Amino acid sequence: MDVKFQHISKFFGSVKALTGVSLTAHSGSIHGLIGENGAGKSTLMKILTGYQTKTSGVILIDGQDVQLNTPKQASIHGIGMLYQEPMDFTPLTVLENFSLGNLNQSRRDLRLALTNLSDRFGFNLDPDRTVELLTVGERQQIELLRLIHNKTRILILDEPTTGISPAQKEALFPALRQLAADGMIILLVSHKLEEVAALCNEVTVLRHGSVTHHAKSPFHFPELLTAMFGSVPNRKDKEAARDQGEQILVLHDIKAAGERQGLDQCNITVAEGEVIGLAGLDGAGQSTFLRLAAGLTVPEKGNVQLFGNKLPRNAKASRIAQELKTSFIPADRLEEALFANISLSDHFNLQSKESSFWQSKERAKNLAEKAISTFFIKGQPNDTAEDLSGGNQQRLLLALLAPKSRLLLLENPTRGLDIRSGQWVWQYLKQELSPKTAILFSSPELDEILHYSDRVLVFHDGEIVMNTAVNDTSHDAIAAAMTGMTEVVQ
Amino acid sequence: MKRLTLDILLGNLLVFGFTALALLISGAPVLTAFKHIWLGSFANTAKFSQVLSVWVPLTLCSCGLLYTFRVNLWNIGIEGQVTMGAIGAMAALRIPGIESPALILTLAFLGSMFSGGVWGLLAGLLKTRGGVHEIFGGLGLNFVAQGFILWLIFGPWKRPGIASMSGTELLPRKLWLATPPGWRVATAGLVIAVAVLVLTWLLIEKSNLGLRLKAIGQNPKAALLYAIAPERYYLQSIIIAGACAGLAGFLQVTAVYHRLIPPISSGYGYLALLLVMLSGYRIILIPFLALFFASLNVGAIQLPIVLQLDSALSGVIQGCCVLSALFIIGIRQKRKNS
Repeated sequence: MDVKFQHISKFFGSVKALTGVSLTAHSGSIHGLIGENGAGKSTLMKILTGYQTKTSGVILIDGQDVQLNTPKQASIHGIGMLYQEPMDFTPLTVLENFSLGNLNQSRRDLRLALTNLSDRFGFNLDPDRTVELLTVGERQQIELLRLIHNKTRILILDEPTTGISPAQKEALFPALRQLAADGMIILLVSHKLEEVAALCNEVTVLRHGSVTHHAKSPFHFPELLTAMFGSVPNRKDKEAARDQGEQILVLHDIKAAGERQGLDQCNITVAEGEVIGLAGLDGAGQSTFLRLAAGLTVPEKGNVQLFGNKLPRNAKASRIAQELKTSFIPADRLEEALFANISLSDHFNLQSKESSFWQSKERAKNLAEKAISTFFIKGQPNDTAEDLSGGNQQRLLLALLAPKSRLLLLENPTRGLDIRSGQWVWQYLKQELSPKTAILFSSPELDEILHYSDRVLVFHDGEIVMNTAVNDTSHDAIAAAMTGMTEVVQ
Repeated sequence: MKRLTLDILLGNLLVFGFTALALLISGAPVLTAFKHIWLGSFANTAKFSQVLSVWVPLTLCSCGLLYTFRVNLWNIGIEGQVTMGAIGAMAALRIPGIESPALILTLAFLGSMFSGGVWGLLAGLLKTRGGVHEIFGGLGLNFVAQGFILWLIFGPWKRPGIASMSGTELLPRKLWLATPPGWRVATAGLVIAVAVLVLTWLLIEKSNLGLRLKAIGQNPKAALLYAIAPERYYLQSIIIAGACAGLAGFLQVTAVYHRLIPPISSGYGYLALLLVMLSGYRIILIPFLALFFASLNVGAIQLPIVLQLDSALSGVIQGCCVLSALFIIGIRQKRKNS
């Protein structure tokens, strides 16, 4: 048995999520699907499970052209998916969750089936326990057994080891190998290269919606990394590091909640004038880090020092950080930083620190006009923030927040910008700001990080796994650290 | 803007439609009933001035609600804030030993704003400190205020000899706000309502406070980046709303009932919630919609007398207004989402 994807494309308007993707997964083998965020892995799997329809291309199961327009059609063909976040009903018991979708079988038969299956795979599940008392790993085991019991022939796993304990991982891997040996087709979506290498017989790499690499075990890591993150960029035009001064930001032994894994054991010092790139896969802790420095997230443990002042552990922290001239610009500009239906000039009024009782419309309008001309914003003082394009929203935010900052925290500053707008942003940051201003920015683009930063911090699963000067590291080493590889590949 | 006008027209049409349906079901002649509602509101100065006496508290409550809606707070506790305002006014009016009516009325004026404001603040603190949604906090505080006024009327402030639902003893004449001859609305009430309207317009449209409230209502997360603490403004807006409602309570005591009665708020707080939602939160429409609701309210009072209809009918009509308002808001929301 096999599943063949032939020239699958998926367009969302003008966005090409997948272009001409072809791959074949055979029964009896575990097929890895890897790539960075936004590479198209999830879209491809959503097409296979019937949650999204393909724009063009063919899916063949055992040589038969199958229509997978709804999740129901997909499940008729025996396609089942194990999600990263368990899709179960926490107030119900293990047995009740296992029984979902099996209305015809008696309770007794189901209980027997559950016990047999969990014995077979060495899982230790109490059928009468409510699921909310279980760990993510145990919930995943129930889900896996349910899929097997429901005669799943094609099993998709999405980042199955995120959030489960090492012991559960020990139990999961042999189970998957056994299932493959029994003739199941297993597709494993992951960004953890070491696990993929340990488990998969074959690997397909996606980048920007296309297949860039296909390989059989044993794997050659540098090839995989290049296929995932692109080739090593030309570093000739790298600018000299700026002068560095005294310490302005110290994070001491921080533990904080946020994103997927929060942030743990974080100790970092930032000096005046440094430009630091925060690398990591989506949700690895970079955003939490930036919000901690901005006082928007309060740590559970440890403390944040800005310009020698300890930030308080309460809601006042963000105001104090701003008083110390620390500015944060989030990636979601319209969601988190701008007021959609408020005019540009009123944004300047809101930003004004002078607290006169009446609005001074004239002054705000002047400020807006000045910003429009210095920052090349395409818009009028009376336009609302949502009238602006993404690039112009970013320019407006820089105009509002950046000029007087001593520490600038940028979450993915070029997100959604075309190349020229992105270049303009960096030109502004590097040339117009005082050289003493420290800049911390996160970016999903390794090239951007290598090109603009003096130092790079790499985040993986809520920890900083690498902290080094950009000149002392390489594209591949950063990529390897992002995917959780402990050894630097050669 | 065109859309809004259409929505308001549709809303009014629905109110009339539902009312007509209710009248039809109760077997009343629809057109005659409407005629009586109209006559009951506008037949003469006395009737019209009675409409105005309802218009005043409705306008005050609506103005207060504009502040809270601005920051997306559902200040359903406005009803209790009116009641507490009335109690605060009455407490001041009962201070012994002050001879000058002007002074004691001024104290009552301030007392009503204070107690209404404090009642608003309580709901606000429940939200910001305790994480209690303002709808539940407000509803709870409404019950407390209602219990408090009943206790006062039947306890410490009861009429000498008998305690009754008809309220406390009438205030001495000198503490009644003056009414022009032949009118049924106090001049001071009209002046206060118009002043609050103008002040609210100024604050909301022209002050930095108004701009900040608008910003927080649109995006409290972003407000943090501009060093604007949403909590502080939630409290400010609900205190102002409470003070406005308190003023309505003051006027109910000194200009309408001249005593404290259990239903002193007359449900104007709830009605104002609907009115403001129906207006699309636009202050310019508030006085007109308030006049419409007030005339419906007053005009319907005489239906039982003239047409022998059950007196509950005016409640049915108000219910129709509620449904129409919610329906229109539903459509607007749906359109916004799509």
